Amino acid sequence: MSNFPFLSVLTVAPLVGALVVAFLPRHRPELAKQVAFVWSLLVLVLSVVMWVSFKAGGDRFQFRESYSWIPNWGVNFTFAADGIALVMLMLIAVLVPLVILASWHDAESSKRSVPVYFALLLVLECTMIGVFAAADVFLFYVFFEVMLVPMYFLIGSYGGHQRQYAAVKFFLYSLVGGLFMLAAVIGLWVVGGKTFDWQALSQVDISTGTERWLFLGFFLAFAIKAPFFPFHTWLPDAGGAAPAGAAALLVGVLDKVGTFGILRYCLPLFPEASKWFAPWALALGVIGIVYAALLAVGQNDLKRLVSYTSIAHFGFIGVGIFAFTTQAGTGAVLYMLNHGLATGLLFLVVGMLIARRGSALISDFGGAGKLVPVLAGVLFFAGLASLALPGTAPFISEFLVLIGTFTVNKPVAVIATLGIILAAAYVLWMVQRTTQGTLNPALTEVDGMRRDLNLREKVVVAPLIALIVLLGFYPKPVTDVINPAVQATMDDIGRTDPAPSVGTVQEARR
Amino acid sequence: MEETVHYAEATGLLGSVWLLVAIPLVSAAVLLLLGRRADRWGHWLGVAAIGAAFVLGLSSFFQLRGLENKSVELSLWDFIAVGDLRVDFGLLFDPLAAVFVLLITGVGFLIHLYAVEYMAHDAGRRRFFAYFNLFVAAMLLLVLGNNYVMLYFGWEGVGLASYLLISFWYGRPSAATAGKKAFLMNRVGDAGLAIGIFIMFATLGTTQYDEVFNGVGALTGATVLVLGLLLLLGAAGKSGQFPLQAWLPDAMEGPTPVSALIHAATMVTAGVYLIARSNPIFSANSTLQLVVVSVGALTLLMGCIIGAAKDDIKRVLAWSTVSQIGYMFLGVGLGGGAYALAIVHLLAHGFFKANMFLGAGSVMHGMKDQVDIRRFGGLSKHMKITWLTFMMGWLAIIGMFPFSGFFSKEPIIVAAFEREDWTAWLFGGAALLGAGLTAFYMTRLFVLTFHGPKRWTEDIEHPHESPALMTIPLVLLAVGSVGAGFLLSTSVPDWLTATAGLGGEHAEHEAVLSHAVITVLSLLVTVLGAGLAWFLFRAGTATAPQPAGVLVTAARRNLYTDAVNEAVFEKPGIFLTRALVYLDNRGVDGLVNGLAAAVGGGSGRLRRLQTGFVRSYATSILAGALLVMAAFLAVQAGWLA
Repeated sequence: MSNFPFLSVLTVAPLVGALVVAFLPRHRPELAKQVAFVWSLLVLVLSVVMWVSFKAGGDRFQFRESYSWIPNWGVNFTFAADGIALVMLMLIAVLVPLVILASWHDAESSKRSVPVYFALLLVLECTMIGVFAAADVFLFYVFFEVMLVPMYFLIGSYGGHQRQYAAVKFFLYSLVGGLFMLAAVIGLWVVGGKTFDWQALSQVDISTGTERWLFLGFFLAFAIKAPFFPFHTWLPDAGGAAPAGAAALLVGVLDKVGTFGILRYCLPLFPEASKWFAPWALALGVIGIVYAALLAVGQNDLKRLVSYTSIAHFGFIGVGIFAFTTQAGTGAVLYMLNHGLATGLLFLVVGMLIARRGSALISDFGGAGKLVPVLAGVLFFAGLASLALPGTAPFISEFLVLIGTFTVNKPVAVIATLGIILAAAYVLWMVQRTTQGTLNPALTEVDGMRRDLNLREKVVVAPLIALIVLLGFYPKPVTDVINPAVQATMDDIGRTDPAPSVGTVQEARR
Repeated sequence: MEETVHYAEATGLLGSVWLLVAIPLVSAAVLLLLGRRADRWGHWLGVAAIGAAFVLGLSSFFQLRGLENKSVELSLWDFIAVGDLRVDFGLLFDPLAAVFVLLITGVGFLIHLYAVEYMAHDAGRRRFFAYFNLFVAAMLLLVLGNNYVMLYFGWEGVGLASYLLISFWYGRPSAATAGKKAFLMNRVGDAGLAIGIFIMFATLGTTQYDEVFNGVGALTGATVLVLGLLLLLGAAGKSGQFPLQAWLPDAMEGPTPVSALIHAATMVTAGVYLIARSNPIFSANSTLQLVVVSVGALTLLMGCIIGAAKDDIKRVLAWSTVSQIGYMFLGVGLGGGAYALAIVHLLAHGFFKANMFLGAGSVMHGMKDQVDIRRFGGLSKHMKITWLTFMMGWLAIIGMFPFSGFFSKEPIIVAAFEREDWTAWLFGGAALLGAGLTAFYMTRLFVLTFHGPKRWTEDIEHPHESPALMTIPLVLLAVGSVGAGFLLSTSVPDWLTATAGLGGEHAEHEAVLSHAVITVLSLLVTVLGAGLAWFLFRAGTATAPQPAGVLVTAARRNLYTDAVNEAVFEKPGIFLTRALVYLDNRGVDGLVNGLAAAVGGGSGRLRRLQTGFVRSYATSILAGALLVMAAFLAVQAGWLA
């Protein structure tokens, strides 16, 4: 199967599905949902086959395909996946069917077309797969920008309170970042000998000054996308206004393009500049961890709270990337996956809670555990995953980031470790104010709050819970895939792990 | 370290020690996943799982006794393997772990049995047993791990289970808050432990016990000190020691069996376990040991003073736990032979404190959940079994001969007097004073509850003794409180010598006082303290709060430690989050929106230039032409050169 064009087929398949769904009659919403769900399951099956075909110890980039697009500019449809991209592709394939299932009734409350909502989700899947599968800088840029369009409509047409403001802010913010990147992409094309091929560009020598400017162009776009402090303020608005399913994809996957981009483009293409800017990037990461966690504590809107927790988590990922050790780097990539699972789950559960209550404000809840015990239990579990409790997958990634960072930069690692205390604070306080304490009498008057999780919702949360626990106890299948790719990235920038200061253990082991 | 630590591979029955963790864990998962379907029989599954774990633990213990190398390791799978970092999902069964396994599953089994009846009228009994078994699984993982990451895994799992059980009655705001407080204060300690683990990896390149202990000798003194202090911070969080003690008394919001199992017999001893397990690190630096000893001495006195001023039966017991663990910290801080003494006291304490907590639960059961000792009195006639068993616990904790506390606490006092310099007087004196104070406040508790005139609230007519399922565990634990100390004090230190460094060379120095004098003194302060309390409270006490002097007021307010936490962390923290929310909305986001507004506004202005009048366009063209000409002239004339 290894010659099968997995990546192009995976990119195109959801788009075809989207077209089918979009042209279904508007008065047959159930059919549209079913087609979209089955289609996303097919993508998942194909992705699993790809995962199995990937050789963990093999070439850095596998499943490479290339088709000519604009020969005059040297633009090609080139796809290839390393371990990092593979993990992200799997995350997309797992999340999209669950999001479709979770969003079953989300579009009905708006006056817009239901089939179009699910078509937009599939378009989004196409662009997300494309952006991670692209191995041509121009193609990557195109997907990077096109990705905004379906999300813009998902937020702006199907979102909640202040959706227009949030959608425009999201779009403009990302677009501005994208323009900086466009300038850098063109600059790279000029200095790189008129090619957009990643492999070729990674061999080019660039003068120090130019390299720094190009790095900044890419980094700014990625820092906005991730987002890192202080470019984060669009996320709480977008996350708060987006429908819960779209928010899960926005924070779970879309934002990872930022950190993925740094790993795939900034570090290997501009290794010297990356090292030069690393202290600044580490500072942004560490500020984000503490600052966003404190802000999360102070939120009264569930979706905004989850958005801020994500900004704190992106701080961890940023620190892991710029620490330049294999542990921290592997931890950062694993974090991208685990955060997608954990925060995806958190967003979906919070969405279920909000849909029942008809309000996202924490102060409108109180004592909900008495009414919906299973839902409250799942919310608590998602919270535990978010605060990286051992036994859940995020623990492994957070631990790797911190221990890997500590070997090279103690102050950053120590401050970041304080973030685990703040994480406990924002999760437990949120849980206490929504599900514990005396029952808010207003809740008993809302019909929805008397219904605990139904079968559809259980099917949505069960796979995520199972994956989070499984990867919390046995992360090896994933770390084995990530590790070589991170190792290669560390080789690109010419960093090796520091030896233990007095250790003789490694020699003894060998 | 001259001797290197070496662990043998687990074979035979010992190859299945992983079941010790798996059985309770699976039973917890079953109880949680089946939901209400398991309501009718769930509690018996919970009890059976712990019973099975105890039987397995006991047989493994006997198996281990027959081995030459009494430290066997079982690697289950590669947990984390990235670069040079290699963390086993592995277990270590050695004398220290075996002792803890027996305590956790043995005492745990009795408390489980008791809880079947105690929680019988609670709708959430199945959920209770699920959390209970989750706790046992996490605690067993904590003591069975063969590296610090496994320990941390169990460590945080224990914190989670403790949170779930403290806030078990989550509908009560006070219970929810107490659970959160416990988790947060524990996480402060956990962060310390985590950074300690990072240091091990950065310096030694490993987190496995054997490799860390063999490498300690190569570390600089400063590194060992910092590492040890971080581990101590973790230990203090879990064990309710100064400065992280405030969560433990609040944890009494949970059901009483929880207080018995978690907040007396097992979880809170995890800190003692951590220090005892890490003895090669702590023994390597005398400053570090001095800090541990100081924390122990300070906390043991704090616990006594506050315990003497409380009127809630469970809170008095909670502060006595804080105080008794202070003795254990004192022991492990003294090092050498005192490690084993601390473990002996830990085991004896596990029996008598579980006994007394369950006794308190039995009293509450008969008194409609009253917890105020001022409203008890005269219960000895109505609850004979509870009274007699509680008496055994009381005599044990105050260290009366020949009860277990005498054999376990008195050697720690002696060891404190064996320190080299003047600190022998300081710490020995503190331990001695603590013994007297303990006798005072525990006797106050005992007398006010079971003797003297009745001071019951009106709604209580005839308090009843608890059913057999509750009294049988009480009797068995009381037997332990009587005899355990003597049996343990001789056999356990011998047994623990097989663990590297534990219970090694005993008594390097002459005590500043002779052994006999110390024994006499400690018995004397005990009798004095107990006698004073008996004299003061034999006729009961007022049922309303009484005005009090400075010391008692301070003690009632937990020596103002809560006030300090509130003033230094809580209030500024809340202010900081509020200020940051404002700053982020107005400052950071305000800048973004301001930029957008500026662009929008600027475009608005620019648009006005397009007026459509030819005369204004002509004026602009003229101005432009003049500018261009001026520029040409300037270049021509070389003004810009």
